[in-house]
Amino acid sequence: MAGTMQFDLVSPERKLASAAATEVMIPGAEGDMTAMEGHSPTITTLRPGVLRAVTTEGVKSYVVTGGFAEISATGVTVLAERAIPVEEATGTVLDDILAEARSLAAAALPEDKNAAEKAVNDVMALRDAVLAHH
Amino acid sequence: MPSLKDLKNRIQSVKNTRKITKAMQMVAAAKLRRAQEAAEAARPYAERMTAVMGALASGAANSAGAPRLLAGTGADKVHLLVIMTSERGLCGGFNTTIVRLARAKIAELLAAGKTVKILTVGKKGREQLRRDYGQYFVGHVDLSDVKRMGYSNAQGIAREILSRFDGGEFDVATLFYNRFQSVISQIPTAKQVIPATFEDAGSASALYDYEPSEEGILADLLPRGVATQVFTALLENGASEQGARMSAMDNATRNAGDMINKLTIRYNRSRQAAITKELIEIISGAEAL
Repeated sequence: MAGTMQFDLVSPERKLASAAATEVMIPGAEGDMTAMEGHSPTITTLRPGVLRAVTTEGVKSYVVTGGFAEISATGVTVLAERAIPVEEATGTVLDDILAEARSLAAAALPEDKNAAEKAVNDVMALRDAVLAHH
Repeated sequence: MPSLKDLKNRIQSVKNTRKITKAMQMVAAAKLRRAQEAAEAARPYAERMTAVMGALASGAANSAGAPRLLAGTGADKVHLLVIMTSERGLCGGFNTTIVRLARAKIAELLAAGKTVKILTVGKKGREQLRRDYGQYFVGHVDLSDVKRMGYSNAQGIAREILSRFDGGEFDVATLFYNRFQSVISQIPTAKQVIPATFEDAGSASALYDYEPSEEGILADLLPRGVATQVFTALLENGASEQGARMSAMDNATRNAGDMINKLTIRYNRSRQAAITKELIEIISGAEAL
């Protein structure tokens, strides 16, 4: 049994979770990564995806979009622009997020176009994954 | 000399006013608590965000090719002032203090030969500034329909600012809002958001691995940092507004009470004078017989 570390999930409006966790799976911009106790200090940006935390109170999943995660040997702090518990992420909520990503992509400057389109694809993948989960 | 009936009506009307101001005070107190809780809840995010960005920025600021949001456009010619005020009045000097600070800044910039552009948030400040500086207005954000200030509101404002910046409309952006200190004290504050400034740059940057690259993260975070700062300003402003309204309405309630006491004394005096007068008339009438 691995040791635990402090896991915090904060959005701009409130603190969503603060618990002791054994592992946290983070949808990083360059691929998923799982942080456990003793992980080397890392800062990574997030892509829209599902964040999964194995805490002492059970496994919790959140839909997160945008932001970054700060990993140290003793804790993980995830700052997500939007974080919703996966149970609350219904089809309509996800459609809203998708519509927003699409409108951003449409309005993006040429040099940001690729990133914005990648975000749309990420959101679509996220949507399918969450709906399959339900 | 007003008649007894006039005085009575007057007292009644002041009493009604007092009821309203009292009610507004209590509503403001309840809203203030909620606004403070919201500001409190938003603090961890803003603090972590600033800390990480500060650490990254201190490393990147000196290198060539730093993001424009951090390094600026290289010019200091066009200033965008984002002036945040309330949508409603009856909150004491709340809006006036922000506008006064903004006016001083505008006058200073104009005197230095800079170009000023004004983006107003909240209609009260817009009304106060329209007469003197109406020609500098470039936009307005209407939040009158917003019941609860959410992060999406801040994102909307930040997007507006950023798209103007990307369009090369200005070089420096400054937010004007009231920082909440206590119910009786709100501090008008000007905060520069573009180019980004950090008070204390941490030295943690060397300790971390970055994914993707340090620059990539910074480029991703800076626009979010603007939104976060706008959000903080909106929340501070919201709490300040309710605090200012609460103390303004408290004063108004107390003034109404004083006024009622004075009017009541006058009413009683007049009533007694009238009685005395009638008595004198009866007595002198009886003496004449």
